[in-house]
Amino acid sequence: MLRDITLGQYYQTDSVIHRMDPRIKLIGTIIYMISLFLYKNITVYLLAFLFLIIVIRISKVPFRFMIRGLKTVMFLLLITSVFNLFLTKGEPLVSIWKLTITKEGLANAVYIVIRLAFLIIGSSLMTLTTMPNQLTDGLEKLMRPLKFFKVPVHEVAMMMSIALRFIPILMEETDKIMKALMARGADFEGGKLLDKAKAMVPLLVPLVISAFRRANDLAMAMEARCYQGGEGRTKMKPLQYKRIDYMAYGVLALYLLAVILLGRLYPLSLIS
Amino acid sequence: MELIQTENLVFEYIRRDEEGNVEGITKAVDNVSLQVKQGDFIAVLGHNGSGKSTFAKHLNAILMPTEGTVYVDGKDTREKEALWDIRKTAGMVFQNPDNQIIGQVVEEDVGFGPENMGVPTKEIWERVEESLKAVGMYAYRKHSPNKLSGGQKQRVSIAGVLAMHPKCIVLDEPTAMLDPNGRKEVIRAVRALNQAENITVILITHYMEEVIHADKVIVMDQGQVAMEGTPKEIFSQVERLKELRLDVPQVTLLAHELRKSGINLPKGILTTEEFVEELQKIALQIL
Amino acid sequence: MSIIVNHVSCVFDEDSNMPTKALKDINLVINEGEFIGLIGHTGSGKSTLVQHLNGLIKATEGAVYFNGEDIYDKDFDKKKLRSKVGLVFQYPEHQLFEIDVFSDVCFGPKNLGLSQKEIELRAYKALKQVGISDEYFYQSPFALSGGQKRRVAIAGVLAMEPEVLILDEPTAGLDPKGRDEILTMIKKLQTEMGITVILVSHSMEDVAEYVDRIVVMNQGEILYDAEPKEVFGHYRELEAIGLAAPAVTYIMEKCREAGFPVDTKATTVLEAKNEIWKIFHK
Repeated sequence: MLRDITLGQYYQTDSVIHRMDPRIKLIGTIIYMISLFLYKNITVYLLAFLFLIIVIRISKVPFRFMIRGLKTVMFLLLITSVFNLFLTKGEPLVSIWKLTITKEGLANAVYIVIRLAFLIIGSSLMTLTTMPNQLTDGLEKLMRPLKFFKVPVHEVAMMMSIALRFIPILMEETDKIMKALMARGADFEGGKLLDKAKAMVPLLVPLVISAFRRANDLAMAMEARCYQGGEGRTKMKPLQYKRIDYMAYGVLALYLLAVILLGRLYPLSLIS
Repeated sequence: MELIQTENLVFEYIRRDEEGNVEGITKAVDNVSLQVKQGDFIAVLGHNGSGKSTFAKHLNAILMPTEGTVYVDGKDTREKEALWDIRKTAGMVFQNPDNQIIGQVVEEDVGFGPENMGVPTKEIWERVEESLKAVGMYAYRKHSPNKLSGGQKQRVSIAGVLAMHPKCIVLDEPTAMLDPNGRKEVIRAVRALNQAENITVILITHYMEEVIHADKVIVMDQGQVAMEGTPKEIFSQVERLKELRLDVPQVTLLAHELRKSGINLPKGILTTEEFVEELQKIALQIL
Repeated sequence: MSIIVNHVSCVFDEDSNMPTKALKDINLVINEGEFIGLIGHTGSGKSTLVQHLNGLIKATEGAVYFNGEDIYDKDFDKKKLRSKVGLVFQYPEHQLFEIDVFSDVCFGPKNLGLSQKEIELRAYKALKQVGISDEYFYQSPFALSGGQKRRVAIAGVLAMEPEVLILDEPTAGLDPKGRDEILTMIKKLQTEMGITVILVSHSMEDVAEYVDRIVVMNQGEILYDAEPKEVFGHYRELEAIGLAAPAVTYIMEKCREAGFPVDTKATTVLEAKNEIWKIFHK
């Protein structure tokens, strides 16, 4: 039920990608995103597609899980492509009533769909193969240089991991309070917007109180276990690059290089 | 000096009304002096609001005494430099199993304490393994805490404290939110630690069945120690316990009722075996 | 006037790859005025079952009838059902939200669309029934003690004037005296007001002391449905599913093994005392 929702939609299996350091996956995702936006070039997209397919195969995550991420942004994808389709100026292709589809518009729409779809699938792949706690660990370590600028990196990472731990608990609690209120005749479905907002008050008050109570308890428990911030802390699972990670960086570099070469040498655009 | 020693401990807090004006002062803990030896199993009983939890929080330096002193392993809890030593020495397990697990994976949660203490990585793993094995949760080390039962979560919390290598564990109503099976699991784990590892246990509870194996029972009421003695001594005073909003195990109550109606059973019977034995003695005399 | 549960099954996450069968072909009749104890270890389906009784969860298969009406009928008034079958969740005090005790108790009747006068009358009556005195009416519910908060929360459901009152572990976390007080109050509601009560509990001692009939659940099925003496006679089977009989049952069993001619059916301390007393006063 609610408790079974795994945050960050981690897919449990054993693959090379799963075993990689979270930092390489974070950086890899960023590089992949950049590669998508460097050129409007079909050959580059073909390469990006190929790269994605290979990585997905290695990760052993079934393809339908990638699509799942795509479904949630389908609406956004549709809107942006429609806007591009009709609002780009250029050589008219088809005209229906007051709307005109231009050649450039069509090209832009195709590009935007490809870019966004690849981007979503790429980042889903990261969250599917990396546990949320590893992700926070990776972020903490990558962001460490920011400490120099007085950014509380450790604290932010700790907050993130606590949030990840408590979201399912609070979701279950919300469900329980809602049911209890419904048992007392509350109505969460019908009514106008104002009524709906009013109906939320009895839900939010106990929820906020509970969140505070939990935060208080947790702070006490953390202190009791000698938590005193990031200073002097050791790690049970320190992040350490292994051979596979260095290899992955190599592959990433090669990929980026190939993208740049293709983008420069073989420009194949949808509009000539 | 004993492992834990409190001298005339008083804790007061100020009650305020909605505008923040002082309404009065409540003495949550009132003049408690107590000595706990290494290896003891102490149970603290008391109704809700009797001050037992407030008392417990002093043993880990979460709360500081208003008056009097608390010594943990010879160190005054008010000394700032001793704070982390004290928290290492006297670990604490709380009531709500959900609100004290920090890690998203069982083993990571158990490692949290040693991480904070700056224990080297290799040793953290050793500690986590031995602690999880001690509470019988090693098989669950890769699980998400959200999917465990209440009793299992509390055992993970105990392992989390154990990994800090404490001399004493203070458990503040660890079973209050559990079902009977969860309660048994937790109490069994705690007793095993006390017996096998000689870890001092201070168990705060209001379940009578959990205290019959304690070396000493302390009953609190209105912040004060109302009764103190072995489980037998405490449970022989059925009426007094009822006055303090507590009760006794059913077997003790049954013996008490029979004695009231003229069957001369001794006071403070705690187990069924004992009960049957005593009943047989009487039967031999009478019948 | 009763609830009939007819071949009810309930599956969670039906379309996922791991569907869980929470209830399997449940048949149950709850008669007016009964005091029923519902027992089973955590995850046995007790909570799911009680949420079917007031329509919070819809059965995957089967039907639930309230006073002869099918609650899954299109024009059946769900809100009215929820007022007639009051459900008090575990730790109900965590769901209090109003600025004062009285307004919180008014929430239920207000949702029923009653007149202001009727709402206040009901809230007043409910608070009296649970033993909250006037001085607390206009205090913040959060300023009360744990036991009092729980009473206020129960009053919040009572104010809807239910015919059936379901309480999910109403004594969890309370001290022994607090437990007794709440259970005595519930028993009074049943005997004096004629409210049908379903008590979901983990405490066999409490169940033995207060209820007339016990329903035992295990893995989504009803294992026993009988009076306490009979159910606790199966203590070995109960142990096999993670439950137990009250301590008294074991004491009587041990006495019999030791050769005392006692009836082992005793489930409360009083019954046990009378049984043993008889041996010595023949």
